[in-house]
Amino acid sequence: MIRPIEPDRWRDLAAEPQFRALQRSRRRFVVPATLFFIAYYLALPISVGFFPETMSRAVAGPLTLAYCFGLSQFAMAWILLALYLRRARRFDVAAAQIREQETQELAQLVT
Amino acid sequence: MRTQQTLVMFAIFVAITLVVTYWASGQSTTSRGFYAAHRKIGGLQNGWAIAGEYVSAATFLGITGLVAFYGFDGFMYSVGWLVGYLAVLFWVAEPLRNAGKYTLADLVSLRLRGRGVRATVALSTLAVTLIYLVAQMVGVSALVNLLLPRLGDVVPIIFVGALMLVYVIFGGMLATTWVQIIKAMLLLVSTLGLCLLILVNFHFSIGAFLSAASNVTVAGKVTNLLQPGLLFHGPLGAWNLVSLGLALVLGTAGLPHILMRFFTVPSAQAARTSVAWAMVLIGVFYLATSFMGLGAATMVGEEHIGPRLYAGQAIEYIAHHPDQAQQLNKQLAHQDYIVPKEDSNLAAPLLAAKLGGSLLTAFVAAVAFATILAVVAGLTITASSAVAHDFWFSLVRNGRGSETEHLFVARSTAVVVGGLAIALALALRTYNVAFLVGLAFAVAASANVPVIVLALTWRHFSRTGAIAGMLCGLLSSFALIALSPLAMGNRAIFPLENPGIVSIPIGLIAAIAGSLLFRDRQAEQSFDQLQVRAATGLGAEV
Repeated sequence: MIRPIEPDRWRDLAAEPQFRALQRSRRRFVVPATLFFIAYYLALPISVGFFPETMSRAVAGPLTLAYCFGLSQFAMAWILLALYLRRARRFDVAAAQIREQETQELAQLVT
Repeated sequence: MRTQQTLVMFAIFVAITLVVTYWASGQSTTSRGFYAAHRKIGGLQNGWAIAGEYVSAATFLGITGLVAFYGFDGFMYSVGWLVGYLAVLFWVAEPLRNAGKYTLADLVSLRLRGRGVRATVALSTLAVTLIYLVAQMVGVSALVNLLLPRLGDVVPIIFVGALMLVYVIFGGMLATTWVQIIKAMLLLVSTLGLCLLILVNFHFSIGAFLSAASNVTVAGKVTNLLQPGLLFHGPLGAWNLVSLGLALVLGTAGLPHILMRFFTVPSAQAARTSVAWAMVLIGVFYLATSFMGLGAATMVGEEHIGPRLYAGQAIEYIAHHPDQAQQLNKQLAHQDYIVPKEDSNLAAPLLAAKLGGSLLTAFVAAVAFATILAVVAGLTITASSAVAHDFWFSLVRNGRGSETEHLFVARSTAVVVGGLAIALALALRTYNVAFLVGLAFAVAASANVPVIVLALTWRHFSRTGAIAGMLCGLLSSFALIALSPLAMGNRAIFPLENPGIVSIPIGLIAAIAGSLLFRDRQAEQSFDQLQVRAATGLGAEV
């Protein structure tokens, strides 16, 4: 049976520089990425809804600007996915370190 | 002939899934097994299952049909559904796995203790899930009328409901997961197969295919399906697009039946991997639907596919076609929609008939039934978890009670929820329920998403804030739908068909205002526990 972590201990863990650094690096990626994808996505209904003439222009053969923009959303989603997956490996390492330290300390407390 | 072929293929699918259910039944003897498949589903498998859960018959038949008739505007729908997964990936999947147990309410209650919060989250889960469930079950009757008109629609609804209950009750989450995976594979095979046949037809020339799509005869005039504005036009159309887009892109992260899938994997990494696979599969699938839709428009011809138009769209269509007004108004008096041509949902099966004959049509029809069956099973187990785990086990019994009791209640609830869904589907089967999926997304985006994100990121988020946010999001979505053209026709008080653009800010502002007005010391302290758990996986459920 693993010993449960006490409420005070959570507060200390949250204040540790290692954890703060992990949270900061996570937010540094996730917050701008979220603002970007919401803006990029909403640009599609806005441009198509309010400027239908411009968006109806054929740009690649018969393919219209609107369709190209729509297809680019798929590329955007997959690129952000790939970037996040790469970045997340760093988060995993940091999280694993914090977990390991804590389990060791708990083990010392028990013995 | 086609009816028999469809039934035989569907029977094969049912037989395979029943074998899976029998195998899974031995492993669903604990609540952890029943709700979370012992948290042993791999990332890749869960990715397929998420794709299976997400892509309903409404998208398979509906989006193909919308693209076939409205081209780009139909395609627009699918973009939001894919991009919405970025919110799941960045904000929800990993924290949910690390800090949750079986339900969304478990995650929120980790910080915001108290019965009121859990009850509200469970209520919102139940609302979203039931709306979605009824929409899918009513879809059964539409599908039967389209594909197997000789069967009538009462028996198929009861049959689908009963079969879905067998999966859930005996096989729990494990059987439900594998039903999703099998169905997702069948669906992908059939869509990619149809795309390949279209390409063969155009001698593998994308250019020729696109030129054909930009030059289609719809309703007697030459139309470019690649240009926007065929479905949504004018300033109202633009605002409709933005409101719908907002609900789709934010709502995905608040759909309880998708969130529940993240409790079935062993770790946060597996949760992340499963979103990645799901995004690849769903993206490929939506690209394929767009391709099929354009293919159907160019190859099947306009005389066979037409859209079903509801409410505002129907009125607008009649206004623009005074020559057909008398006949269409008569249609509108008897049912809630008009069909200027035949039904647009037939685009995919008709395309299959054109490209591969009756055997392929039967396959596509059987896959469509399998799709509904799998999606309703996933929804039922989610609804049952909200009632059995949140209401009964956590609120009524205060977390006491044996495993046997817990499982018995979970299964009984599944029966009640399933029975309710069957009854509602039978009662509503002749009504227009097309707005229900949009409503489910709007409620998820306005009630669930602000609470999930604030609970995970904001120290001053309080119980009052959570309850106020959820109730305001929930009620404003329902109220705005009731005042919209979907419910009131051209006398609508609220002009848009999706409430998202108003109800999402209402939910968010209520959650923030409630927290600022009524502080919650305990929630501020437990924020540390939640943020450490969510980010590192310390103390995560195994």
